[in-house]
Amino acid sequence: MFAINPFASLSEVISPAMMQGYIVLMILLVMGGTILDMIHKKSAQYFFENAKKAKKSATRSVSGGEKTSIAASVLVKEVLTSGEFSNPRRRLSHLLTMWGTIIFIVTTAIMIFGYSTPEASTPALLPQLWHIGALMLAVGGYWFWFSIRVDVSAEGLPWFRFERADLFILSLLATATFALIWSFTGAGLTIFFALFILASTVLFGGVYWSKFAHMFFKPAAAYQKKITRADGSRENLPPDYDLTDPEVQRKFPDIPTYMGKNPPNMGLCIKAERAKHY
Amino acid sequence: MPTFVYMTRCDGCGECVDICPSDIMHIDKKLRRAYNIEPNMCWECYSCVKACPHHAIDVRGYADFAPLGHSVRVIRDEEKGTIAWRIKFRNGKKDMELLAPITTKPWGSATPDLAKVPAPSKEMRDSQLLFNEPKYIRMDDGGLHTLQSNGLEIKEGVQY
Repeated sequence: MFAINPFASLSEVISPAMMQGYIVLMILLVMGGTILDMIHKKSAQYFFENAKKAKKSATRSVSGGEKTSIAASVLVKEVLTSGEFSNPRRRLSHLLTMWGTIIFIVTTAIMIFGYSTPEASTPALLPQLWHIGALMLAVGGYWFWFSIRVDVSAEGLPWFRFERADLFILSLLATATFALIWSFTGAGLTIFFALFILASTVLFGGVYWSKFAHMFFKPAAAYQKKITRADGSRENLPPDYDLTDPEVQRKFPDIPTYMGKNPPNMGLCIKAERAKHY
Repeated sequence: MPTFVYMTRCDGCGECVDICPSDIMHIDKKLRRAYNIEPNMCWECYSCVKACPHHAIDVRGYADFAPLGHSVRVIRDEEKGTIAWRIKFRNGKKDMELLAPITTKPWGSATPDLAKVPAPSKEMRDSQLLFNEPKYIRMDDGGLHTLQSNGLEIKEGVQY
């Protein structure tokens, strides 16, 4: 079951050209939705204006080499491993969902463009990856939906309450779920196929109304945040003081007076345990 | 000075919703970002400022010392036990930095062990005074605390 290319069996009823056309249409919808989203929210404009403002209060200039290393660290930490999440459960769920989605979409495109005829012999790895991707997406996504989602974990709302902001995760989950059911029920022209296509069309066509576009501006925001740390502007935040530094102690005499010349680590305080009041 | 959230920095993790003692930090239904639903009811404990992992929560400075266009940024660092402020005026020229201790002993190390304290007598229960009150206001021995009795003196200006 895992080794069968579902699109090869589907090609008996739907022509490969039609499937390829659908993929191209979805790519165009994502591009269009992202551009409209950027125009509407003015996120790119805000980003550049903010960067210009931060540059004004910079205390040092960041060299090209430093910028490259910051970009590399953003790629490794924020983009590839979702390092911006401080909550490890949220990070793991995001990693499962993100990598599941990437694997699922990439293998779908490869199978549709390369192996979507009944005679095509698809390498077993591709459908296996397609199923694993959809499963990863489902596991990470349902975990998020039922327990990690802020409405459930912090606001105490029931899991079945949803808003328009949930369009992205719900259509993503529906796409993975119906794709798996469709594949396991023979990959024919069934009701599950119709639901799979409906969910994926909403997912890619609803970019303007959902948070799909976050994948484009989040890395840019993470990069800008690291640049503000490197150039000393720190988004106007106070410096990261070393309490044992005599200069800091001279400037703020309350520190040595009340905490001593060498203040100890005070402990984790609120980070010592997670809130669990719901 | 009540707190507010920079929507562009918030990632909607809900830490501030969990910690707010006044239950006024909530998640916007459409944008999934936190916001202070009732700044008038904020008692300015800055628990949310401390809890926010992205420094997305800031303080709205009162107009008398930080007029519109200002920036009042604060970091409460629990491991260092300090609170650091940076106040920038809207002309960008006045840039103040302040640092003060918020604890002088490690968290949890100064919890009173009330089980070891002798139980109050009947007279103490019937008295109008609160627990330990006689000791702190020194009604039992000596007079009231004064700057002089504590070896302190008034200094001119605001001391940081």
